[in-house]
This record gives sequence, structure tokens and C-alpha cells, in this order.
Amino acid sequence: MIKAEQKPFEEILEYLAPYNKILLSGCGACVTVCHAGGEKEGALLASALRMARQKTGKPLEILESTPARQCEPEFAQELSDTIGRVQAVLSVSCGVGVQTLARHFPATQIFPGVNTLFMGETVEHGVWEERCQACGDCILEKTAGICPIARCAKQLLNGPCGGSANGKCEIKRETDCAWQLIYDRSKSLGQLHRLTEIIPAKQWGVQSRDSGPRRIVREDLKV
Amino acid sequence: MKSGSNLEKVFVNGHFAVTAELGPPKNNDVSVIQRKVDFLRGYVDAVNITDNQTAIVRMSSIATSAFVIQMGMEPVMQMVTRDRNRIAMQSDLFGATALGIKNIVCLTGDHHTFGNQVNAKNVHDLDSVQLINLVKTMRDEKTLMGGEEKFEGDIKLFIGGAANPFADPFEFRALRTAKKAAAGVDFIQTQCIYDMERFKEWMKMIRDLGVHEKVHIMAGITPLKSAGMARYMAKNVAGITIPDAIIDRMAKAAKGSEEGIKICVEQIQEVREIEGVHGVHIMAIEWEQMISKITEMAGLLPRPKVE
Repeated sequence: MIKAEQKPFEEILEYLAPYNKILLSGCGACVTVCHAGGEKEGALLASALRMARQKTGKPLEILESTPARQCEPEFAQELSDTIGRVQAVLSVSCGVGVQTLARHFPATQIFPGVNTLFMGETVEHGVWEERCQACGDCILEKTAGICPIARCAKQLLNGPCGGSANGKCEIKRETDCAWQLIYDRSKSLGQLHRLTEIIPAKQWGVQSRDSGPRRIVREDLKV
Repeated sequence: MKSGSNLEKVFVNGHFAVTAELGPPKNNDVSVIQRKVDFLRGYVDAVNITDNQTAIVRMSSIATSAFVIQMGMEPVMQMVTRDRNRIAMQSDLFGATALGIKNIVCLTGDHHTFGNQVNAKNVHDLDSVQLINLVKTMRDEKTLMGGEEKFEGDIKLFIGGAANPFADPFEFRALRTAKKAAAGVDFIQTQCIYDMERFKEWMKMIRDLGVHEKVHIMAGITPLKSAGMARYMAKNVAGITIPDAIIDRMAKAAKGSEEGIKICVEQIQEVREIEGVHGVHIMAIEWEQMISKITEMAGLLPRPKVE
């Protein structure tokens, strides 16, 4: 899922300085799972903001709402009435959710309350790691199910660089070397021979973000 | 002949080749290049021109290589995939060969966060194996990447790559070099060797894969200046191992720098005896003035005149 982290509190306060009534919108999906922008985090942030503004003598009224998925139009629409009653929105959903609100409410300023970081998995309670960069042309079948595009700092497709030592990456020594993982897993799968094949240059310009934002159109699903 | 470079001719004539390294200035001062060339000319067959090594901004390897040619030496231009996409690299290959550059070493490059531009967006459009293959395609097929239309003129380049027998996973290291051979590399320069046993083990794997028959392996040697440098490298540089015996020897020596040169000469003589090692790449980091002494003590002079 998408992983995010709350923005620095002072930065958020600065966005909201001109307003005295806002909506703080969370999201019930990814940011709830990574404890960055669910109902609970939204409520905590709202209390902290109210207190901070109370101290300055310019109180901030905050309405709260947490749609199930802020990135879906029908859930975003649920916020219409509330948004009509506020001057601005602080969204603690991911960058997608912020833009969904921006698209639906052209006359309302929507501020991001989190930094959207990556698509990743939970490796242990409270620890998330990046796993996919949505390159648009999955090669996991060639790399034993471990993605070197998301997990190698140099995105190497043909084996580890000279900075792999004791299973770790030289750039962040707490990070596993993706190619050590690929090697180990290929070995345990009896697939080491696959690593001798040269993986050709990726066609970044065809499938990836490099040719602009991507779009999926499914005629069979349109209504 | 693939390139007609001096380095290629030295190999083809069966000589034991010698290359050194020249780091471009951190400015546009050509006199720095001249001073380093003056230390090296006549003692090596060609000199590697590094491409913003350790991700510190320096004069470009292509411009420095062109100056080195003017100064009467043969450059081995390094090109890293960190900073350029395939458009820029192919464009630079046209330019480099037009400037008379005949050797290239294709590298991924040190990660940008090690250097002085930590907020840069790194590129890595290709990796080093793919770059090797790109250069080979331009040289042998005269086509651009993914293109069918042949271009005019020749891209005569002797293609090099790097190998680090001391990084992990060790068992994959020779396989990775074999991939570079399959991609079209002509010669390989290794990371600095201090752990001679591990290097010999890697060379055995290289021979078992038959890579030594397709590719000229050049053993990488870096003279140590002091016990402190040895300890620093052993501790801080991932992918370099320095056995305690060498660190002890440096520490006990009356003069560390002299001992470092002695060790370096012994290493050169030892790698020369290993089957499949066709040369040495001496990386005397900011110590280019020692190359004349090292090559002389190691019995590598005079350098062959080849046609």
C-alpha cells in the first residue's frame, strides 16, 4: 500500500495561518494502515492544531471527517456539504486523495498534511519498506520476486555494484542489498542460471512516468 | 583491431599492460592535467580519466581526455551511467570518438549521495552492463540503441569495464564479469587488490567460466600511503578488504609511504604470475608522482612501442 508520514507540525500551522475554520480530512485506506492519516491520527492532529492556535489568540475551528477512500469520487463527494462550510481543507490522505478533492472542489484550497513516500509493505510492526516504483513493466519474474528498481539505489538490472558488503548496501548500511537478496533467493529456488541472462535496458519512455502521467482506460467497465 | 588504441595493441602483441589513473581537476585549470600527465607519460600504456569519481564535480572526463591527447598521452575515458541518460551517452560517444578518444571504461559510478551534490536526481537509465552493450552495438553494428538505421563513420572504441572481487555476494562476482564479457567488454579493471587469496579465488572462477580467454583482466593496485589510510579504507570503503597482515606491516614500517610502495610492487609481481591476468591498473590516488618509481621497481619499464 501507499506509505506516508505526517508533515512537520510547524509547516502545517503555517499553511493554515490565514484561516479560522477548516476541514481536516483523513482517509480510511492506506494512510490508516500506516498510521499517518487515519481517523485516529486526524483527531490527534486536530487537537494539537486547536491547542496551538488557541495559544496564539486566533482559534481555529476544525471539522473532522475520514472518508473510506479519499481517492474515490463517490467518497470525496460525501464531503461536499462539510466543505461548503469551511474556508480550506487539510487532507492527511496521500497525494492522490489531495488531488481528488482538488478536482472536485475547484473553489477550495486543499493543503497536504502528509508527505507521500512510497509503495511498500509492513516488515514488522511500525516498520515499512519500499517495494514497488510502478515502473509499468514488471520484471519480478526475472529477479526472483525482488525488485531491483525499487530496492537498489542505482536501479541496477544486471547484478550488484561493488558496494555490496555483508548483505548490505553501502549507501544506507541498514538497507539490504537488493542483489544479495535476489542472489540468495535465486539460489534457494535453484534458479541461479537465470542471473546469467543479460536484462536489457528498460523501456522507460514507453511504460513509465517518464512519458507523462499514465492512464488506464477499460472500455468494458465504463458506464 | 577493434579500436587501434595503444592499449589494445599492447594486449594484442602479448605484452603485460599498465594503466594508471588521472583524476580531473575540481575546476577548469588545465595545468593540473598537464602536471599529472608529466608524471605519467612514458610509464604507462594509457591513463584512465575518471568521470566525477565519488560524485564530486570535476572537469568532465571527455574534456580532460581530449586535453590528455593533446599532451601526448592516450586516455581511457571513464563514463558513468549515474549522470547521463542514453541520449546524452550516445551523443558523448560521437563526440569522444571525434576527439580521438579510443578507450572507454563503462561504469555505474559512485552513488551521488557520496559526493557534493547530494540533492541531485540520479539517472541510471542504463546500468554498466547495458552501457557496455550499447558501445559495442555502436562500434560493431553502427546503429544507435534500438535503432536499425546505420550511421556514418566509425565508433572505434576499446571497451572496458570494472569488477570488484571483494564485494558480495562473492559467488556472483565472476558471473557478473561473465555478463560483461557477454555484453561485449574487451578488458576489465578490478577494484584494488589487498586480499590476494580472494583475488586468486576469483580468477579461478573467471578461468572456469572461460572469461579470461575473451577478456583482458587488469589487476587493480593502489599503493597505501600510511597505516592510517589502510585502516580508514578497511573500515569505511564498502567492497574493499585489507588483511590485518598488510595493516600490521604498514604500522610497523619506519616509513609507511615507502612500505606502501614496496607492498604495491610485490602485489604487481604476484598478480603477474596469475594465469589470465594481462595487466595492472595502478590507482595511485593523488599520488601520480609515484607511478614512475612503482613501474620501475616492478620491472614494467620500458613500456613497449607497438604498431
